[in-house]
Amino acid sequence: MLRLFKHMTRQHVFYMLWLTVFIVGQVVLELTVPDYMSDITKLINTPGSTTAEIWNLGKMMILLSMLAFACSLISKYFSARLAASFSQHLRRKIFNCVENFSLEEIDRFSTASLITRSTNDCSQIQNIMSRALNQIIRVPIMAGYALFKIATRYWQWLAFTAASLSILFALLIFLVIYAHPRFRKMQSYTDNLNQVTRENMTGMRVVRAYNAEEYEEAKFAKANTELTENALKARRAMGLLQPATKFVNNELNIGIYCIGAYLISAAEKAEQLEIFSEMVVFSTYAARIVRAFMGMNMIFNMIPRATVSAERINAILDTKLSIKDGNKTEAMTSGTMEFRNVSFTYPGANVPALSDVSFTAEKGQTVAFIGATGSGKSTLVNLMMRFFDASSGEIIVDDVNIKDFTQKSLRQKMGYASQQAVLFTGTVRSNIAYAVKDIEEKVRKAVRIAQAEEFVSKMRDDIDSPISRGGTNVSGGQKQRLSVARAVYREPEFYIFDDTFSALDYKTDRTLRAALQKETAGITTFIVAQRIGTIKDADKIIVLDEGKVIGEGTHDELMKSCEIYREIARTQLSLEDMA
Amino acid sequence: MAKNSYSLGQVQMKTTGGGRRGGMGAAEKPKDFTSAWKMVWNYSKRLLPMIILGISCAIIGVVLTLFGPNVLKNITNLIKAGMETGTIDLETIATMTIHIMILYVLSAVITYVESYTMTTFSSRLTQMMRNDVSHKLNRIPLSRADSSSFGDLLSRVTNDVDTLNMALDKTIAELIAAAITFVGCAIMMLITNVKLALVGMVFALVGFISMKYIIQYSQPYFVNRSVFLGQLNGHIEEMYAGHIIVKGYNGEEESRGIFDEINERLYDANWKSQFLSGMMMPIMELVGNLGYVAVCVYGAYLVATNQTDFGTVVAFIVYIKLFTQPLVQVAEGTTNLQTAAAAAERIFQLFQEEEMSNETGKITHIDNIEQADVVFENVNFGYVPGKPIIKNFNFTVYPGHHVAIVGPTGAGKTTLVNLLMRFYELDSGSISIGGIKTSDMTRECVHSQFCMVLQDTWLFNGTVRDNLAFGKEHVSDEEIIKACKAVGIHHYIGSLPQGYDTVLNDDSNMSVGQRQLMTIARAMITNAPLLILDEATSSVDTRTEQQVQDAMNKLTEGRTSFTIAHRLSTIKDADIILVMKDGDIVETGNHKELLEKNGFYAELWNSQFTEGAAI
Repeated sequence: MLRLFKHMTRQHVFYMLWLTVFIVGQVVLELTVPDYMSDITKLINTPGSTTAEIWNLGKMMILLSMLAFACSLISKYFSARLAASFSQHLRRKIFNCVENFSLEEIDRFSTASLITRSTNDCSQIQNIMSRALNQIIRVPIMAGYALFKIATRYWQWLAFTAASLSILFALLIFLVIYAHPRFRKMQSYTDNLNQVTRENMTGMRVVRAYNAEEYEEAKFAKANTELTENALKARRAMGLLQPATKFVNNELNIGIYCIGAYLISAAEKAEQLEIFSEMVVFSTYAARIVRAFMGMNMIFNMIPRATVSAERINAILDTKLSIKDGNKTEAMTSGTMEFRNVSFTYPGANVPALSDVSFTAEKGQTVAFIGATGSGKSTLVNLMMRFFDASSGEIIVDDVNIKDFTQKSLRQKMGYASQQAVLFTGTVRSNIAYAVKDIEEKVRKAVRIAQAEEFVSKMRDDIDSPISRGGTNVSGGQKQRLSVARAVYREPEFYIFDDTFSALDYKTDRTLRAALQKETAGITTFIVAQRIGTIKDADKIIVLDEGKVIGEGTHDELMKSCEIYREIARTQLSLEDMA
Repeated sequence: MAKNSYSLGQVQMKTTGGGRRGGMGAAEKPKDFTSAWKMVWNYSKRLLPMIILGISCAIIGVVLTLFGPNVLKNITNLIKAGMETGTIDLETIATMTIHIMILYVLSAVITYVESYTMTTFSSRLTQMMRNDVSHKLNRIPLSRADSSSFGDLLSRVTNDVDTLNMALDKTIAELIAAAITFVGCAIMMLITNVKLALVGMVFALVGFISMKYIIQYSQPYFVNRSVFLGQLNGHIEEMYAGHIIVKGYNGEEESRGIFDEINERLYDANWKSQFLSGMMMPIMELVGNLGYVAVCVYGAYLVATNQTDFGTVVAFIVYIKLFTQPLVQVAEGTTNLQTAAAAAERIFQLFQEEEMSNETGKITHIDNIEQADVVFENVNFGYVPGKPIIKNFNFTVYPGHHVAIVGPTGAGKTTLVNLLMRFYELDSGSISIGGIKTSDMTRECVHSQFCMVLQDTWLFNGTVRDNLAFGKEHVSDEEIIKACKAVGIHHYIGSLPQGYDTVLNDDSNMSVGQRQLMTIARAMITNAPLLILDEATSSVDTRTEQQVQDAMNKLTEGRTSFTIAHRLSTIKDADIILVMKDGDIVETGNHKELLEKNGFYAELWNSQFTEGAAI
């Protein structure tokens, strides 16, 4: 948790300082008010004092209360600014950090976990900053100062107060040990319960087809009982807090008066009044201490949770980037790419995903990759895009090692469409002219080449039609075509299509490839595919099996020379036999 | 494979941070506050004894506390009197102290009983509610469950139950206690000293009004806060999920720009809402302090002018504190009650969803189904009333026949599955199995005639064994192993850490192909005479695909089958092909007949065939 605070800027420290100053001010003022009460008490009991004198003291009290109020407001202001600003800063830092991650770092955390860390964990930190920071600073000051104020020669009162507080202290320890962990466990029970519901919902047809409704309900009831029992234990224990606090508050008050009676009774006549007013003040301070004490419960409850979040955030911020940026921004655009003995092993894996892969692609050529799932096709593409760095070997683009380029300038050369099409919230236009200037004619041309014109023109606002988050308002094939249009729009040196065409039907697949060839000739193209039909016209087909190149050549050559290629072709060509 | 981990699909949406709804949060307005609580009341009635116990304890606990200040007054007065006379009546003071201590202990115990009871009550009530939701889920017609609005309702209700739980646990008892403290204090103060009481009340009133005002004023900021937080989290999710495209297209800067913009707005809403809600405590403190001063000064004046005794002033100092405390609770409590009412409305909306028709008296079991045919007679059906998509459909499937359902994506091939399984009810006409109309059987009976393998390989969080023997009781290990061997997944399961007892969860590395084999094995274990099979195999490598095909073939053997066909061999070998287009069945016949017809099927066939021939 504290390590996270290292990310504070000077402004945050500044906020923090002022926050502390005003909290101290507020506590001091608040605790000075009862002093006046003591004076008033004395005045009332002193014969001959006038209401005017009392009113003078009262005015002071009001003044102090107002000042305390002002201090309190200002401290709230700073704590609100601090919490909001720090969490803003933190969110930004995390987001920037993740934006720079390569796929290696993303894989290490997993996307889902990164999302939780950037959203929920951040909110958690903001939560503790806004709700507990004030308390954390205030409680010790309040308790310390109040203790200082009630330091008196009458140990009886102190002993009694200490005894009363120890009841609360014992309770707090019990809660920290017994109830707090149970509260923290609640989330996982809730997640479990929600999962069962979600499963039941998504698998509703299966559940009904198998007449498994009761089975599902029993499963739910079990998860529900687990959650409820845990919650009951935690809440019942927590329920002790309020009555106990109230009790201690009350008995402390009465106790102090009772003890006071004995003390007064035993004292000299002259001292009696002194003790009496001291008693009134003492009871007020004691109540403050009890309250400060209770603030600790919240802190104890929140800190472990925030610590977990802080650790998870630190893990992101401490991550060292595995890919170092080069500095070359320009090169001859020769449109060639070469793999020289490239091997790659995923972090933590024993078996290399690619081993000793070499090939060259000349300008304007189409190079295709085929092979079973896990043969390393997508890995190859990821290396071209420098989403990962090769473990050994070199990748040469435009006669330059890709590690020497800045990532930005390397990727500028690439028109990439991923396996699963990614669309962002926005419009058709903003998705195609993504992160670059949009020119309407160019967008339209890209739409046309990508065979998306037919459905885009049917959408309500043509190329300005909205695309919802994750592209849920267009079909899978349409998404894929838009992602191809995005690649086309770039007018890149290289096309990289990672299994982009398998979501399209045969006919669209064919016309799309024909359009690409016709309209954007001269662009070096890499295609990862599963269907032989998609790649059979390629200038070069590379067959991969378990990360190794086991065949290279044209369709006809491979049909003769490569066993696995023939095998793949045979299962797919059985369509032909059916005729 | 690392490859799948940055895929888009399975990212869970969890946009709004934290489920905590403080009293100051953005309160939702219920449509009808009273009727919502009436529904909660009716539902809660079964736990009536707990409610009565809880609420009476809340009342007694508070009333007992109220006597405290009065005793304090008496003690103070005794001391004062003693100081004047020289001897303090210690004995009476001690007795009084002991009495009041007993009272406090009693009050604490009773308050705890109240909190214990209310916690138990609310937890048990929400437990029942959740079970009812789960029960309801399996009783609503699929036509309703398929609609997106139902999914939304369900996911909201999950949170709503928690919201209601909090309100029932804390808010109600708190509000009652606060109200009684408030009224009780007022009465006690008035009894003790009218003038001082009025002074105290004025301050409390000022505090209460200013608090209400702040709550109202801060509402928009809280709304903004959750809106911006949602936007920001949405952006984060989207950018992380599309990370490769963001990087591949150098979109980082644009993405950061949007992020910073929303983040700035969130910051603004964040600090303002927090500051405003943070003002509550200082205001209450100020009001408390001012009240204190007022009571002191005015009290001192009254004492000085002999209009009251000193003990009364002391008692009032305590009363004024007790009196102003509940204000925060009342202000927060009413907001909570509103939010809870809105939550309750949705919960009961779900409970009132129409259920599937009652089927007592229908046929629950049929024998000798092996030789039964499936007959569609004058079947009419449409998802939307008035828009029939299957019109007057007549069709007979003879025992052991294989029916292939073909058509382009979105042609409504699953409609037939929906009707066969009675997931949806026909508009008119009938489907009968072995001469018995499915509408005369219970749904369970219809379901148990079918094995079903759908494209979506649904497996749940549980052991491999539970997943395989899903919903079926008394399945022997031999049966399970036999099925797994038949589909060729036994070996794989054996390689899992706990074999058949391995728990499948999100982390388990089961490939799509293996999942598909699991669902085929599951269907095999069911061993029903009729089969519904969706053949679609999505991006499985060639070897696994062969395995899946073999398994499907085995499953089809000896069963009357309805296959949503993707494999040409299935289509060619089918006894009859149903060709679907735009929801409707446009052609029927076997492969040869349909080609000769030269209609839609022939067109469909040829488009695939051109590709094949061109290879």
